[in-house]
Amino acid sequence: MFAFIVRRIIQAIVVMMIIGLIGFAVKNNLGDPVRDLLPISASEAERVALRDKLGLNDPFVTQYFRFLGQALKGDLGVSYFHSKPTIEVIAAKAPATLELVFATALIIVFISLPVGVYSAIFPKSWFSRITMGLSTVGVSMPVFLTAIVFIYIFGVELHWLPSYGRGETVNIYGWESGFFTIDGLKHLILPSIALSSIMLPLFIRLIRSEMMEVLETEYIKFAWAKGLHRKRIYLVHAFKNTLLPVVTVFGVEIGILFAFTILTETVFQWQGMGFMFLEAVERSDTALLVAYLVVVGAIFVVVNTVVDIIYGFINPMVRIAGTK
Amino acid sequence: MAPLLEVENLKVKFALRFGELTAIDGVSFTLVRREKLGLVGESGAGKSVTGFAIINLLSKPGYISDGKITFQGQRLDKLSDEDMRDIRGNRISMIFQDPMMTLNPVLTIGEQMAETVLAHQKVSKAEAMEIALAKLKKVYIPSPEERLRQYPHECSGGMRQRIVIAIALLTDPALIIADEPTTALDVTIQADIMDLMVELCADEDMGLILITHDLAVVSQVTEKIAVMYAGKIIESGPTADIIHTPRHPYTQGLIQAIPGNSEAGRRLNQIPGMMPTLTDIPDGCAFHPRCGLSKDVCQRETPLLLPTDNENRLVACHKIGLKNNF
Repeated sequence: MFAFIVRRIIQAIVVMMIIGLIGFAVKNNLGDPVRDLLPISASEAERVALRDKLGLNDPFVTQYFRFLGQALKGDLGVSYFHSKPTIEVIAAKAPATLELVFATALIIVFISLPVGVYSAIFPKSWFSRITMGLSTVGVSMPVFLTAIVFIYIFGVELHWLPSYGRGETVNIYGWESGFFTIDGLKHLILPSIALSSIMLPLFIRLIRSEMMEVLETEYIKFAWAKGLHRKRIYLVHAFKNTLLPVVTVFGVEIGILFAFTILTETVFQWQGMGFMFLEAVERSDTALLVAYLVVVGAIFVVVNTVVDIIYGFINPMVRIAGTK
Repeated sequence: MAPLLEVENLKVKFALRFGELTAIDGVSFTLVRREKLGLVGESGAGKSVTGFAIINLLSKPGYISDGKITFQGQRLDKLSDEDMRDIRGNRISMIFQDPMMTLNPVLTIGEQMAETVLAHQKVSKAEAMEIALAKLKKVYIPSPEERLRQYPHECSGGMRQRIVIAIALLTDPALIIADEPTTALDVTIQADIMDLMVELCADEDMGLILITHDLAVVSQVTEKIAVMYAGKIIESGPTADIIHTPRHPYTQGLIQAIPGNSEAGRRLNQIPGMMPTLTDIPDGCAFHPRCGLSKDVCQRETPLLLPTDNENRLVACHKIGLKNNF
């Protein structure tokens, strides 16, 4: 198991270096920092001198490793627009996005598991048929459309829920959280449901089909032949095996959720990283864009590594493979 | 002796979109305590379906459409789900074909054994583990304490089949239905497993229904044989009689196809053709298109399973039934 964890972490580091390479390549090829730093009247000699001083004439690889070294220290450059280190800008926006994604993940887990399992056990019940129908609609509706429909129904027409911003937040050790105020939670409802609308049907379908497949296996038949209670067969024998592939997919999809936050945050004016990203695009704030790319990449890699390690703990066969 | 299991005129149908298929068409047999019966036939003959019908575990859309199954004086086909659950794995155990697929990969062997005991007896988990340990010793598993903590993939195929047998023994059943228990194993291990099963049946006072396509295996193990073809029993009787004096042309063909029975250097006998699929079973005797002795009557009328030499020896063939008129 230990070897397995070490291997996964090494893989994660390699992936991060590649993300860094892409980020650096973007930064390196978009615009010339010297032109921004010196007045137009500066002479060619002054430009060359500054280039040397900044190390811009060094080979690409040297510059890349310098970039990595700075990134490791948390220095991902300075945002042109905010005139602050990009990492600070992102850190201020991150809690909003992380909370949105977290709430969405909770919705996905707590709805897709019971619904998926139920509709696998009773595929012909009216509930299963309706869910399957709805899930097709859900998958094919883009997030921004779902979001706008929600805002129209619950915000504009019914006045039940706020549709704009994060509401009241509480500052806990520098983390702006909307989880601890009624107002903050109310503001969270529409965006998180809208964001989950893409993944939720996908997961219900995935869990359902995995579970149906597992229910056909010999070991489930044998479990019936052993005279076990149906609850134990469904919830222990079948469920545990259903979970294995689902956990892996969940890891990947959580990463993709971060990408979808760009749309959701824009529609709901949610002051998170996705919203910030679009602003940065409008302002051509390259340094901030690159920093966003690296940070989101890092979140993606960390989530996936953690999920893989969890997978290793649920699947006994991985444990053995890791010790070989 | 009162029969342990009595199956009378069992019919199993599968309700499909285009109509119903009859998978088992009027199968009857009895088994007394400690008796071992071999159900023999090609794949698709209905052997496994018969086994699953007994414990009422037919996979959908299969169902028992007719017949009686009486086990220790109790009608199994009329039992409620909960009562039937308490018989499965308790008084009737089943052993499956492929031990690599039968055990749940994510649960330890100890868990999979203890849960069976807990499903049928009011004991603590620790006591259930004790029973599991005792049964693992019974099937000669080396270092059984360690096995309880292991997962199925940590054991070899032969070891897993021993574990499956140990699971079948957990609740001291009166009957074991073994569906091709050695087919998926190496030949060397096959003999070990078969010997073990024979020994256990004698020790534990159990009846055995051995479902197999391998006549050689049955002949060494069981007292009785029933040969199935296209959902029917076409010949049954004491093992020695069936092996030495088969009456039905199909059984004769099967026995001639066993390598041990023929001279060296000669080609083995083969039964021409294939068993019909359930969707197009021929009229009359289902075997007639493949039978060298087939006559007009075989195409028209289905032969009945009738006694021949004595009342234990049943054959369904016009050649026997009509004797001189054939």
